[in-house]
Amino acid sequence: MQRIGVFICWCGSNIAATVDVKKVAAAALNEPGVVFSADYQYMCSASGQGLVKDAIREKGLTGVVVCSCSPRMHEATFRKAAESCGLNPYMVEIANIREHCSWIHKDVAEGTEKAVILMRAAVAKVNLNQSLVAGKSDVVKRALVIGGGIAGIQTALDIAEAGYEVDIVEKKPTIGGKMAQLDKTFPTLDCSACILTPKMVDAAAHDKIKIYSYSEVESVSGFVGNFTAKIRKKARFVKEDLCTGCGLCTEKCPSRKTPNEFNEGMNTRSAIYIPFAQAVPKYAVIDPAACLHFKTGKCGLCERTCDAKAVDYNQKDETIERKYGAIVVATGYNVIKLDNFGEYGYTENPDVITSLELERIMNAAGPTGGALLRPSDKTHPQKIVFVQCVGSRGQRPCDKPYCSKICCMYTAKHAMLIREKYPDTEVYVFYIDVRTPGKNFEEFYRRAVEQYGVHYVKGQVGKVAENAGKLRVYGSDLLMNEQIVIDADLVVLAAAIEPDESAKKIATMLTTGIDTNNFLTEAHPKLRPVESATAGIFLSGVCQGPKDIPETVSQASAAAVKVIGLLAKDQITCNPCVARSDELLCNGCSSCEKVCPYGAITYIDKEVNDHGKREVRRIASVNEAVCQGCGACTVACPSGAMDLKGFTNKQIMAEVDAICR
Amino acid sequence: MDLSEQAENIKRISGVDTKKCLRCGKCTASCPNYEDMEYHPHQFVYFIENGYLDRLLKSDAAFRCMTCFACVERCPRDVKPAKLIEAVRLTLVRQKDSNRLKPYDIIENLNADLPQQAIVSAMRKYTK
Ligand SMILES: Cc1cc2nc3c(=O)[nH]c(=O)nc-3n(C[C@H](O)[C@H](O)[C@H](O)COP(=O)(O)OP(=O)(O)OC[C@H]3O[C@@H](n4cnc5c(N)ncnc54)[C@H](O)[C@@H]3O)c2cc1C
Ligand code: SF4
Ligand code: SF4
Ligand code: SF4
Ligand code: SF4
Repeated sequence: MQRIGVFICWCGSNIAATVDVKKVAAAALNEPGVVFSADYQYMCSASGQGLVKDAIREKGLTGVVVCSCSPRMHEATFRKAAESCGLNPYMVEIANIREHCSWIHKDVAEGTEKAVILMRAAVAKVNLNQSLVAGKSDVVKRALVIGGGIAGIQTALDIAEAGYEVDIVEKKPTIGGKMAQLDKTFPTLDCSACILTPKMVDAAAHDKIKIYSYSEVESVSGFVGNFTAKIRKKARFVKEDLCTGCGLCTEKCPSRKTPNEFNEGMNTRSAIYIPFAQAVPKYAVIDPAACLHFKTGKCGLCERTCDAKAVDYNQKDETIERKYGAIVVATGYNVIKLDNFGEYGYTENPDVITSLELERIMNAAGPTGGALLRPSDKTHPQKIVFVQCVGSRGQRPCDKPYCSKICCMYTAKHAMLIREKYPDTEVYVFYIDVRTPGKNFEEFYRRAVEQYGVHYVKGQVGKVAENAGKLRVYGSDLLMNEQIVIDADLVVLAAAIEPDESAKKIATMLTTGIDTNNFLTEAHPKLRPVESATAGIFLSGVCQGPKDIPETVSQASAAAVKVIGLLAKDQITCNPCVARSDELLCNGCSSCEKVCPYGAITYIDKEVNDHGKREVRRIASVNEAVCQGCGACTVACPSGAMDLKGFTNKQIMAEVDAICR
Repeated sequence: MDLSEQAENIKRISGVDTKKCLRCGKCTASCPNYEDMEYHPHQFVYFIENGYLDRLLKSDAAFRCMTCFACVERCPRDVKPAKLIEAVRLTLVRQKDSNRLKPYDIIENLNADLPQQAIVSAMRKYTK
């Protein structure tokens, strides 16, 4: 028989206001095995924990039940306390009488009754608890960063600087992400390339960083400290070890009609191309969909042009397998497609553009060489209308419900830069709210209004229509309570941003969470913002939620710190609550193997002694280092052979019985 | 002077920079004569900035302002709406033959309870 102590926490008034804690403490003494009970204002405080420790020592407790908040909050606290005075930590159970009881009930009688039942269930479980010992597993001292935007670059640099190896896997031919496409950056208006390219170069030059560009992670197996990733390096059809990045081939290539992704399709590139001048790594890449050699078998000009003999039309995709201790997701975002926003005429009218397109137009390396010219007739626009919240904060199927967070600031930036360079241009900004929290952000926006005379109009734009070479913009000025009509030369849409389309696939591959908008979910929105709920998987940058560069970089460094903390350990403690199959009951049916999301189950042939009958049987065997204790196999097993330590079928049934008693 | 020149002139003589306004409405919230005014302090600021001065000139709202300076006192951006209203008033009274109070009308409006100060201020407000 166990000697169990039951401790009821008031949680100030959080629990005590709805649950009669004294009654629960008294009721506990009637439960089998319970030799002691107590209640206290804050059980998690040092003195509360002291109460538990003293009772363990003085009453010789073999099991502890704490009736308090969710085990997510303080299970670890009380287990540590128990361990410090010699009790196996897995002999401690939490009955959640706060989230599951006091917070959702108003009536004290009802709340107390339920608290007693929850206490009873936990006591019933502890009566069957057994001491468990956590195993250890080695940590591979290398990190994988998926995505090479500013988030991935910063995370990788910080990890590398701490002395650990990092691989960046970037799906595009170059790292840099969206920031490489920006012209100037708020709130300081420094040139994006000037602050980004040194970091790109640092990453490439760092002896601890390896960049797999034009590559994707195909699969990941394993667990925290010991992941194995398969990386597919797509064929560039150019040998990286020979290409010098001279770009001669790109000049000679006769196929020049492919929309240039880097310039948002506003000009074209050749079939063999280098994304932009500061690309890292700077190797040419052949786009087989555009290359004449791939289409017709002829041409071959680039191969002949290249002095370095780097072109290789027969190059194949390569798959590389590497081991990692930690993985950081930094897959960033894209601007949403605007096909479904007919009211703005984006698809019909070349002079209705997105803000990202405007970044390219304003950039010296962009399609117009940095001159502000509208796409249709390459004339200088005299009147420009910006429309905010396009696709953000809406509830139609084409809308995103969230605020994209960065557009208020970048529009203020665009408006200001235009007024600075072309004071003859009239600039209107239609807004619903102007959201500029952030250091020096409000001041930045007010400068656009007060110093640069940008006209901010409170209201949305309902329609943009072609009208005699101009764009007739129908907007509302809510402060006047009137509709207003502006004949503009250029309309710029602050389109919503959304996670990269690969986010869902990545989340599934890493068995980590994703929200309804496909942003990866952090383990705790306030207290664990850069960790995912899956151990060893971390989040960096916009893949977790909309962010500007300052925020992205802070989060990237925070994720790096978490990775470094993990890689600094030689071994990590495993979860001892793992599955185990009873070799006498297992009939080797493979049901469990099929449901295990972590691939922890294999089958072995083993000689068993079944009541004196010795025979070799095929039985399930769980790799304890890989098993995450999800319990899927225990449910799938038709013969009841699979059991989860710490959550055995017997324990769960005892809890159910106690509740139904 | 056309309307936009007039608006510029109002800003110049009042010294008010309408672009500083945040559109918070605190001036109007503070105005003790709200009920009596067709347009309110924040509207003076907005109208003048955005080309709707004609509406202010057609209204008697400027003359309903009591020049109590509550809006000036409370505006978080130091816009000073009352100064702008005063400039609108000046613009109106400087228009020829637009006097609203003639000296010989005062006699019949005199009232024993009316402080002399009010008469003087009414003269200032309603005549050149
Ligand atoms: C028009 C506009 C103007 C802006 N202006 C500013 C500004 O002035 N100041 C400011 O602070 N912020 C600005 N921003 C915001 C800024 O762009 C972002 O904060 C920043 O780029 C986020 O970086 P990131 O690394 O998280 O994402 P990204 O830049 O999107 O990088 C993600 C990277 O991951 C790669 N990737 C995606 N999926 C995979 C995959 N499955 N496998 C491998 N690689 C993958 C992508 O190719 C990309 O290289 C602006 C944004 C826009 C749209
Ligand atoms: S492939 Fe050859 S020609 Fe083309 S950039 Fe590389 S080295 Fe230059
Ligand atoms: S940041 Fe501004 S423009 Fe962008 S969605 Fe939010 S409120 Fe709208
Ligand atoms: S509990 Fe079972 S299904 Fe879940 S990870 Fe462990 S072995 Fe796999
Ligand atoms: S109180 Fe000042 S800032 Fe606010 S609306 Fe009035 S004038 Fe504008």
